[in-house]
Amino acid sequence: MNGLAFILIAIVTVAAALAAATLRSLMHAALSFAVALVGIAAFFFLLGAEFVGLALVFIYIGAVAVLIVFTILLTRRDVGKTRGFNWGGAIVAAAVFGGLILAILKTQSLAIVAPHVPRLTVKQIGAALMTGYVWPLQCVGVLLTAALIGALVLVIEEKR
Amino acid sequence: MSKSIDQVFVNAKQWLLSWLAGSPTWMIQVVSDLINIFALLFVFLTLFAFMSVLERKILARMQNRYGPNRVGPFGLFQPIADGVKMLIKEDIVPARADKIVHFLAPILIAAVAILTLGVIPYGRNMTPFTIDGGVLFFFAVGSTTELAVFMAGWGSNNKFSMLGAMRAIAQMISYELPLLITVLPVVMVVGSLMPDRIVAAQADYTFGLIPRWFVFTPWGAAAFILFFVSGLVESNRTPFDVPEGESEIVAGHMTEYSGFKYATFFLAEYIGMFAISGLGITLFLGGWHAPARALEFVPSYVWFFVKLSALLFVYIWIRGTLPRTRVDQMMNFAWKFMLPMAFTCIVAAAVWHYAGRGLRGWLWSLVVIAVVYTALSMLLDTKRKFAPRVYRFAE
Repeated sequence: MNGLAFILIAIVTVAAALAAATLRSLMHAALSFAVALVGIAAFFFLLGAEFVGLALVFIYIGAVAVLIVFTILLTRRDVGKTRGFNWGGAIVAAAVFGGLILAILKTQSLAIVAPHVPRLTVKQIGAALMTGYVWPLQCVGVLLTAALIGALVLVIEEKR
Repeated sequence: MSKSIDQVFVNAKQWLLSWLAGSPTWMIQVVSDLINIFALLFVFLTLFAFMSVLERKILARMQNRYGPNRVGPFGLFQPIADGVKMLIKEDIVPARADKIVHFLAPILIAAVAILTLGVIPYGRNMTPFTIDGGVLFFFAVGSTTELAVFMAGWGSNNKFSMLGAMRAIAQMISYELPLLITVLPVVMVVGSLMPDRIVAAQADYTFGLIPRWFVFTPWGAAAFILFFVSGLVESNRTPFDVPEGESEIVAGHMTEYSGFKYATFFLAEYIGMFAISGLGITLFLGGWHAPARALEFVPSYVWFFVKLSALLFVYIWIRGTLPRTRVDQMMNFAWKFMLPMAFTCIVAAAVWHYAGRGLRGWLWSLVVIAVVYTALSMLLDTKRKFAPRVYRFAE
């Protein structure tokens, strides 16, 4: 059952990722990128990491995908135009893919049967964030506040 | 007796599943999920049909006219006539539109709205899909609506559509913050993101009389009002239906849609309204719990739907009462008033918790809310004098 679900999700995700890389229209590519992200979130659900999957949907579909789409819309005059094939990008992608494959093949093979990991509840994640990882959390908070203030400053400038 | 009526739907599902006894677990799981999905769709699509005619009826009553009264008794069969009309209408796709995106947008927007219905507890043991982070699921899936609205606006290749989509996304993102932050105090107090646990935490009665719904605490009442207003915005209802703006941008992102695709947008809007009201009931109004111990013999799902209809009536009432807001007023309201008040709710809930959740905590959290509210209203007061309008050129 899980194997079947894995194969289905994998097909959808890889197809969407390929579409994002190859589609001629930039907007279509951005939207298929969002579909690929949904597929990745589905993998996390399949692995029982609900919180990570939900956070992925929340941040990447709800915020990042909308941001990408708006960036395309607001910065390009030729939104409607199709794009050419970017060979440099393809070479970089192939290099990264090759590197990852090499790294994966060189690592010691894991046991086929996964050890039984108890399902993490959101509460446990929250407790961990508030005790062991409180400093990284605070640092992220400061960074986000700085970004927020920066955005505000950019907007206020216009008013004068 | 009352217990068996309360559990009648759960038992019916068990009975249906008992036919499958002996088949592999995954099959039972799939069939059980399918039953849940069919029940959800059936209930809420019927509710959508009735809501559409009831809304027109109630609005008509408020505006001193009859409303639909031709089809069937009291015009009750109006939704069927409307559905047939929508189905046989010509489906027009603009020649310059992005065909695929234009086609996918209404599907995505409706699918997302229906998905959010899945995590709400409709009665005792009647949560369709129990997820540990149910509340988070609701908002995570709900945030996809923005992308769907954008697809509708962009795919239509029309400036009115694009403007409408921009407005919709701007207001959704702005009001998503207060919406999320008003949920946080409840999650903090209960200590769980699971809708069932949140409902269970509101089960008891203070002095055996007042139900322990969060709306009866000062922070809960403030958070509920903020939540409700944000919910109005998120479902694009009056007075916050700026994205539609018939008089200025001709229905916004729905301009280029006709026939059943247009109806799908409306379906999504209403389902979204049901979902956000359902979540509000779960978080603040005690879910499916009865308002008094003496009334507990009434089945739990009846209470849920009574509360849902009450909230939906308020939605219609507001639509019949308030004029549309201006875009800039709405944004100012979100960032300058709603957001600080939402943060205050968190502080007030913490005060309530650490003062022992009793009368003392109740009063202290009331003080916190009142002080911030007064300070904010003094800060935001524009000191503008309002006087009757003077007409200089016409009498």
